[in-house]
Amino acid sequence: MTMTALSPSLAETVVRGFDRKRRFAIGVPLAILAYLLYAAVSFDLAGLVGRARLDNAAILLGDFWSHKTHVSRDNRSGKVVVAIEGESKGTYPDGMLPDWVTMAGAVTTIDLGTGHVVTYDDAGARFVVPGYGTIDIRPEGGKPVLTAPEPIPGWISVAENKVSVTTAAGRFSYTRSKVETFRYQPGWELWFFTLDSPFYGKSVGELAALATMGDRIDPDRSNLGYMASEFWTNKMWRHGDVAWAIFETILMAFLGTTAAALVALPLGFLAARNFMPLGPLRFAARRLFDFIRGVDGLIWTIILSRAFGPGPMTGAIAIAITDTGSFGKMFSEALENIDSKQVEGVGSTGANALQKARFGVIPQITPVLVSQVLYYLESNTRSATVIGAIVGGGIGLLLTQAIITQKDWEEVAYYMVLIVLMVMLMDSLSGWLRRKLIKGS
Amino acid sequence: MVDIAFGPERGKRPDTANIQDSYLDMVRRKRMYGGILLVIFIALMSSGWILADDRNAGGFWNGLHQVFDFPSEVLSEAWEKRASLPAIFIEHIPALIETLNIAAVATLLGALAAMSLSLLATRGLARWPRLIPLFRRTMDGLRAIPEIVIALVLIYILGGGPVPAVIAIALHTGGALGKLFSEVAENADLKPVEGLASVGANWSQRMWLGVIPQVAPNWLSYALLRFEINVRASAILGFVGEGGIGHDLKLAMQWGQGRYDQVVAIFLLLFFAIVVIDRISDHYRNKLVKGAAL
Repeated sequence: MTMTALSPSLAETVVRGFDRKRRFAIGVPLAILAYLLYAAVSFDLAGLVGRARLDNAAILLGDFWSHKTHVSRDNRSGKVVVAIEGESKGTYPDGMLPDWVTMAGAVTTIDLGTGHVVTYDDAGARFVVPGYGTIDIRPEGGKPVLTAPEPIPGWISVAENKVSVTTAAGRFSYTRSKVETFRYQPGWELWFFTLDSPFYGKSVGELAALATMGDRIDPDRSNLGYMASEFWTNKMWRHGDVAWAIFETILMAFLGTTAAALVALPLGFLAARNFMPLGPLRFAARRLFDFIRGVDGLIWTIILSRAFGPGPMTGAIAIAITDTGSFGKMFSEALENIDSKQVEGVGSTGANALQKARFGVIPQITPVLVSQVLYYLESNTRSATVIGAIVGGGIGLLLTQAIITQKDWEEVAYYMVLIVLMVMLMDSLSGWLRRKLIKGS
Repeated sequence: MVDIAFGPERGKRPDTANIQDSYLDMVRRKRMYGGILLVIFIALMSSGWILADDRNAGGFWNGLHQVFDFPSEVLSEAWEKRASLPAIFIEHIPALIETLNIAAVATLLGALAAMSLSLLATRGLARWPRLIPLFRRTMDGLRAIPEIVIALVLIYILGGGPVPAVIAIALHTGGALGKLFSEVAENADLKPVEGLASVGANWSQRMWLGVIPQVAPNWLSYALLRFEINVRASAILGFVGEGGIGHDLKLAMQWGQGRYDQVVAIFLLLFFAIVVIDRISDHYRNKLVKGAAL
């Protein structure tokens, strides 16, 4: 190396190169920032702050880990109903009450814990809040009238026809027609057995004892079988239906992916340059793949659900069609990259075209094929959830239904957990199979 | 010579005396296993399709001849009203731009999150090596939650509009890209990092100057591929939730007959947008991976 290599022109080039790099290093983040600012304006981020419903978020988060029990009295008939989540499926039958509610004649006492006690009686209702005093409500002329220590704090809201009190122990509301108390407790109640089941409220030990050596509750079947069927047909959580929905979703993904692979393999031969000497046919096959991929799963799903109606088969066919495009493209690329020597070798033993493909080509592309199919199987489990929401099948449907009703958030949480577990399971299953099939054999 | 292929037990070795027999025996066994697997696979497939057909509202054979009914109905109506199509195209372009913006912003945010997550989760590069499993599980979790779940929940909290979709897609993208980014970063050459460390660079400087320049082409290529996927996801989320061209499509579909010209116009817009983006991203990904300048 001589000094002449460092001519002024080279130095200039290097300096200019550095300058360009420096401008690039500042320019790219600035461009990203400018774009994000534009997006923030066009998405109306400022307006979003006003529209956000943080109370909804609180309800959602609360339902994720707790449940609420409604104790409500119809002020006209005087009938008191205790129901979990206020649903008829979770209503305590006559003669059965949670231990924090007592009824004596027309007087109902609700112990919300930490000294908070609500009493319903003929005169109206009272709520004793420790550290504050007694909130007394009686109807006068059909309207609730409030008597409470002055000044009235912010957590008691008084309107003309409604008084509501929110405390950490629970919520209370009094209207002309009914008075309600809501108590929040951790856990998903009735997850195992509903209130009408003979197994409700028993501890694990008691259940184990019943299952193994207790007398039969139902003489026709064993206690264990009875328990399993009570759990499976749980009206509140519908474990049986949910399990079916999960199975349907996986079924959609499995059928769709395998069908797509089976259809795409022969089509891939048509689109590969080294197997299809006829240019126009090859061109047609390639444009077919492009068309299928371009139309997109959403549109295929819509068209197919018009023809086949809602259900898992529609979803499976939609996945199959969408993935035929992607698989066809990938398989034809893999076929173009194979080593032709093996095919020639097989051909030299007198094999016909089909045998050459089977013994010369397939073994070479099997690793690519298997790993792509397994990868798509995993990703399609996720897509099948979305497609299920559109075509009406599987866990996607249950999830959207639960979200649309906007009250069963504990069920939404349950489905979300199940979906995540399902996808993770499929992820590890496909990873395990990929390792076994490609590296193991 | 010890034949390691057959293990140490004597009994398992093929009888070299009649090598042809043992070879044929092996072939037969292999064929039998293959046959059994094939039978199981066919049984699974056929019973699966029969089951799916049973649980479907409309049967396969009844529906098959109707597959083209809806598209032909839509297309014939749109053909009658073809004069109005250009106006409808223009009317829906803002919605298409919104869909593309959702995808682009989500890809950007997701890729930024994936950059830091992946570096923190890569062996040899991580800032806190003990926390690698934590960051890996975070990425797995983000990847596992389908976008629609987050989007629907966020629509409930944040109200409609594009922001729930952006957050949902960005979270998923962060997890998916994080895994791919980390696989690329694992293969990065550590010498520049060591060189930077020897002159006293801190962790972010080592990553920014030592690792990012090495992995940038591959990362960009993955991010482009993800952008393609996210455009589709954002259209689907619009259909199920709110915002963008997917929502317009749903409204037009719900209206049914009489608005099929709109349906066709939106289909075409979406189709061309996806094809154009695929083409552009394909082109640049090829260039990036092959190392040519942009």
